[in-house]
Amino acid sequence: MSSAMPDAEVLDATLHAALRTGGDFAEVFIEDRRNCRAGFDDGRIEELVSGRSRGAGIRVRAGASVGFAHTTELSPAGLREAARVAAAAARAGGVQQPGRPLNRQDAPAPNEVAAAPDTVAKARKVDLLRTAEEAARAEGSAIFQVACTYGDSRRRILVANSDGLMSADEQVKTFFSVSVDAAGDAGKQNGRETRGHTVGFELFDTVDVADLARTAARRALRKLEAVPAPSGTMPVVIGAGGGGVLFHEACGHGLEADHIHKDVSVFAGRIGEQVANPMVTLIDDGTMPGEWGCYAIDDEGRPAQRNVLIADGVLVDYMWDRLRADREGRDASSGNGRRQSYQHLPMVRMTNTYIANGNSEPDDIVADTPNGVYVAHLGGGQVNTATGDFVFGMTEAYLIEDGRLTAPIREGNLIGNGPDVLMLIDALGNDFAMGSPGMCGKDGQGVPVGDGTPTLRVQRLTVGGTAA
Amino acid sequence: MAPLPEPADRAARNRGVALHDDDLTGETLAALGERVVAQARPGEQIEVVAVRSVETDVRAWQGEVESFAYATADGVGIRVVIDERQGFAHAGSHDEAVVAETLKEARDNAAFGSPDEFLGVAVPDGVTAPDLDLWCAELAAVAPETKIDLALELERAVLAGDRRISSVESADYADSLSLGAVVTTSGIRSIERSSGCHLAVFSIAAEGEDTQTGFGFSVGRSLDALDVQQAATEATERAVRLLGARKPATMRTTVVFDPWVTAQFLGLVGATLSGEAAVTNRSLFAGRLGEPVTSSVLSLTDDPTDPAAFGAGACDGEGLATRRNELITAGVLQRFLHNSYTGRRFGAASTGSAVRGYSSVPGVGAMALVATPGDRNAADLVGGIADGVLVQEVSGLHSGVNLVSGDFSTGAEGLRIRNGELAEPIREFTVASTLQRMLLDVVAVGNDLTRLPMTAAGVTLVVADVTVSGE
Repeated sequence: MSSAMPDAEVLDATLHAALRTGGDFAEVFIEDRRNCRAGFDDGRIEELVSGRSRGAGIRVRAGASVGFAHTTELSPAGLREAARVAAAAARAGGVQQPGRPLNRQDAPAPNEVAAAPDTVAKARKVDLLRTAEEAARAEGSAIFQVACTYGDSRRRILVANSDGLMSADEQVKTFFSVSVDAAGDAGKQNGRETRGHTVGFELFDTVDVADLARTAARRALRKLEAVPAPSGTMPVVIGAGGGGVLFHEACGHGLEADHIHKDVSVFAGRIGEQVANPMVTLIDDGTMPGEWGCYAIDDEGRPAQRNVLIADGVLVDYMWDRLRADREGRDASSGNGRRQSYQHLPMVRMTNTYIANGNSEPDDIVADTPNGVYVAHLGGGQVNTATGDFVFGMTEAYLIEDGRLTAPIREGNLIGNGPDVLMLIDALGNDFAMGSPGMCGKDGQGVPVGDGTPTLRVQRLTVGGTAA
Repeated sequence: MAPLPEPADRAARNRGVALHDDDLTGETLAALGERVVAQARPGEQIEVVAVRSVETDVRAWQGEVESFAYATADGVGIRVVIDERQGFAHAGSHDEAVVAETLKEARDNAAFGSPDEFLGVAVPDGVTAPDLDLWCAELAAVAPETKIDLALELERAVLAGDRRISSVESADYADSLSLGAVVTTSGIRSIERSSGCHLAVFSIAAEGEDTQTGFGFSVGRSLDALDVQQAATEATERAVRLLGARKPATMRTTVVFDPWVTAQFLGLVGATLSGEAAVTNRSLFAGRLGEPVTSSVLSLTDDPTDPAAFGAGACDGEGLATRRNELITAGVLQRFLHNSYTGRRFGAASTGSAVRGYSSVPGVGAMALVATPGDRNAADLVGGIADGVLVQEVSGLHSGVNLVSGDFSTGAEGLRIRNGELAEPIREFTVASTLQRMLLDVVAVGNDLTRLPMTAAGVTLVVADVTVSGE
């Protein structure tokens, strides 16, 4: 597979073909992705996997309708044919719209990549797996399985559209995860730890995979002593870094302009209103250097931005893609138009979503909580944007009794309602940290996202355990 | 972009997209596999999986086509086993140069795996693949207007279903034609073809300040199997009956899973019975073959040879014939599911249960789980419950269930059951127990077997002594 990207002349001809039967906007998105993954499990290196995909997605908009087609054939003829199919799908009619001449404009990358993954010997990647596995095993004889995964990807994109935009980006990501299983008298338990950044192999200059392995192992071992999680409604303190998932679900999705436009968000029509405790400032920032959800341009060619969504508890703005921004008569999107691959239409997505620091000492927040639950590490979550009800999982959590952390508790979900929970946040720490890299799913598409928070407390959340 | 029409083919152009006839047999995929396998070196085992899919997706909103997408995707995955080491590579293209690069990468990658005597491609086992009719070629010729009309009609039907339906978030028609071939150096040459189409709709009901959501769908292998009204009615009822829902009190009670929820629950149970979980000792039921692991009212079978199942298929991901596998019979664990690797390690044969896409090595999994239906309908089962909860939707199964510990906790919505009758709607609560306990606490299985677009079929399931966490 050649690595050359089509030139401006070919892109221009493709856009011309896409608008030949009418339509008011056309776009070509080209993506060339390589990835590498290596897994260790059950005492052995399973296999090294290499992947490659390359293709173009073409979008044509005619009024309220969008037509889309994609192809792996990046020759002028292949692109022209895909453009024809996309135009037919958009059911555009009428006279040809002239596109503007293409004007190449790249945005600065959030950070440099020092060691591109494809320049690193495969043996070095595989060695990390052995290092992590040994470190995890050394934590205790109760450990019966260690699974580690190394992964890297390099994604080159090129976007051109009938407004004359032409922009390219190269996005390199590297991650490492460890999952440890331990067995005790009360059954088996599992602990995990993952680290991922939008950087190359230099990730491992600062991240010691043995440390990740020990963290995962200790998590599994501690949980062997875990008591059943409580049930019912109680105060919940979430440790620094962990709470990002809560905001991602409690309000992040509900602030995506497509949900607003269709009136399936509890935050529709509430700009300028107090939607959260005044201590809460929520930001979505695609420019954070090296973070899991960062990029130079989004998948519509728009430079990433730092967008303040909630300022001191007041709803300031939503997140926008091209389509929704146009419909609302805005000058431009907020740089949140993303897609899983060239085979998908872009839509409004988060990047790195976080809560800015508060003033409290994290220890004081726990000490001020007579009884409740402390969540040190969260799993994923899910939200119904129309009702605001959301859940998120706790993968490492403890009881709070008399203002102190006591027994570890077993895994489970917590459930709450987004608008309620935002108002019920009553303490925010000064210890901001980013959380684990996430993969956010929406309408069948997954994209990498980051999140972060300081330590925080929600006055009342429902903990989904089994203990009375 | 091979599947698109020749410019001269006017009829096809007017339909927007079409496939050449020779692309629909799967023979070109098998031939691609044979060309790669023919390059095997002495001592080298090669397995090639090649796939092609053609999909259309139409979304209606407020009486207009919001989007119309054509998707044609090719893929190839190559697995190489040499000196008891395995390597794998994949690419989203059938281009000869790309396939050659993929083989080279897979060979290169094999050098880095650990040696394992049980590794290897599948070996033909004499089981004949079932003759299933999963293919409706006419689906490729359906005019775009017909697809658009279905999506628009679906939206209209939901809006007309009840005055409290305020809007439809999306109404979709989608179809797909999937072709796949597996070819190995051990003599496997399998071709699989299946077609499918579905309608899916997400509804919003509103009354006063209250908003609730519902969904409905209809699934088939050909257009005439789709039922717009059924999907619309389900979406309407699911949303409307939740209006006024409140958070319930925390309690320990009996829950009734509706078929949609049971299907998701059984999918998790199926995952604990995978040979991969068994050989790594991660399964909740490792070492329990022949023992009772669930209530005796539960029998569970994985049967991809039943063409009525959404996950039906004649061959598994390694090209072996699928077969009917009894997993749990009247509560007793009968077997784990295996692919060739886990079968060899376990000292058992493959059960024809290799599952995969083209971008991964074969895993192990259920394809078409069915809980043997009982003899009572859902209303009868509810009628026998003095105090309980009907769960009609769950959320966060991925974040609240741990298949190693068995801890189970999920967000839920549904209705209270009082004195054998469905009562007020409830929301924002969790349902928690452990998978092990829930399986032992199954009280009854309904007679309402429902085919859903999932690994497992749905059926009403009654589980006692579960914690409902609310206020």
